Amino acid sequence: MAANFYVAPEQLMKDRAEYARKGIARGRALVAVAFDHGVIFAGENPSASLHKTSEIYDRIAFAAVGRYNEFEALRVAGIRLADVKGYQYAREDVTAKPLANAYSQALGASFMGDSKPFEVELLIAQVGANGAAADDPGPSSPDRSLELFHILYDGSIVDERRFVVIGGETEPLREELERRYREDLDRDGAVEIAVGALSTVAGRSLAPEVLEVSGLDDRRERRRFFRLRGEELAQVLEA
Amino acid sequence: MRIPPDALPSALPTPFDLQPASFAHVLGQLAPDALPVALGSAQGLPESLRHQLVDGTTVLALIARDGVVVAGDRRATAGNQISRGDMRKVFPADDTSAVAISGVAGPAMELAKVFATELEHYEKVEGEPLSLEGKSNKLAGLLRAHLPMAMQGLVVVPLFAGVDPRTHEPRIFEYDPVGGRYVATAQAATGSGSLAARATLKRLVDADAALDDAVGTALEALADAAEEDSATGGPDLIRRIFPIVAVIDADGYRELPNDEVAGHVEAVLAHRRR
Repeated sequence: MAANFYVAPEQLMKDRAEYARKGIARGRALVAVAFDHGVIFAGENPSASLHKTSEIYDRIAFAAVGRYNEFEALRVAGIRLADVKGYQYAREDVTAKPLANAYSQALGASFMGDSKPFEVELLIAQVGANGAAADDPGPSSPDRSLELFHILYDGSIVDERRFVVIGGETEPLREELERRYREDLDRDGAVEIAVGALSTVAGRSLAPEVLEVSGLDDRRERRRFFRLRGEELAQVLEA
Repeated sequence: MRIPPDALPSALPTPFDLQPASFAHVLGQLAPDALPVALGSAQGLPESLRHQLVDGTTVLALIARDGVVVAGDRRATAGNQISRGDMRKVFPADDTSAVAISGVAGPAMELAKVFATELEHYEKVEGEPLSLEGKSNKLAGLLRAHLPMAMQGLVVVPLFAGVDPRTHEPRIFEYDPVGGRYVATAQAATGSGSLAARATLKRLVDADAALDDAVGTALEALADAAEEDSATGGPDLIRRIFPIVAVIDADGYRELPNDEVAGHVEAVLAHRRR
């Protein structure tokens, strides 16, 4: 039997984190920007069908970067969890926090215990929490209705505000968004600054065909998730 | 929360899973005790329980030029008693289809709920909705899974209608208690009052009629069913409880507001008055 050589835990964690970060950095970054009635996701994605963002439940959406096979399995697991919970209890009992916790636990356990950590970074967003949509005090208020959880490859979880960048080269994008972000954005304004920041950092203008833009809008009925594509997205970007 | 976090990896789909996007399958895996259990004995329900079962009665659907109309009366019966006068038997299955139920109300409403979740689950996992044909087959599968319950006397017979999400072609599907699926040509009715409703529908149905006229025909058929069948409720003019009428066309599923149904009901009653 081969002997297991001793590796210091610090070294082990460091190696695994580096491995995961490298995997994630190979893909393109994705941004989420809050607006007065929800959140939009935008990223460069030439594929029209292999999405990085998805609906999870009525008020909950999912966005991911990294290895497609890994985040696709996590996405489906999230939909399963949400649908089973909504079926057993009530639709309004399905909320983002337990879901974000489940992802955090799964990624954390995998980071420590599996032969290789997940090479993914996730965002879980929720609008209109606890019926707050009707009297939403606005995006600058701490009581506002958007929740945005950012979950890293090692299971660490951050509750984000305003905007967030996930993926590899995040720093230039974050600086660009910091410069452009305003508190009173509407949906189209949020799309505009997200795509503007992505274009500036990419150094070229991004056409609607290579963009994946979606989000949550609490003014919609029941299923709040939407996608902007083709003609609709072109119109928003031209405006 | 039923599912401990460390169970998440087992909730992950396996590649080439034959039921990758089926909610009923997932429910069986993640929460097996949420599914109804078939009783062991084949002798059926005791008589005392049988009398307490709530039955939903007449529902119908008919095709019009631009879509399909689905309607149901509001009466539920338990034995020889009227159990409810305001029951809902027509449910949106998704944005472009509806499921109407007759038979034992508890399992029937559950079937409608599982089916609606099933369609939404598929759409979210696969990224696009099932075809209308695919949805109708899925419902047949759920009914087949219900067969042990049907053997105990808990018979459920749904009606499924809608427009195809891609072609917008309106269609109606009928079922039998063991999961047989039949494509209806222009109209269908099920439940205790269906004989009378069917006679009226056959006489009046017109696949080239406007949706509004088809709504009138649907209410005419329900009124006839209520006259012939004690388990089918007529319009309750005192409490203003009218049949639930859903219309599905290229714009999707919508239910007519009570006042609009009241207008149609008034027209149906007008020519019966003396």
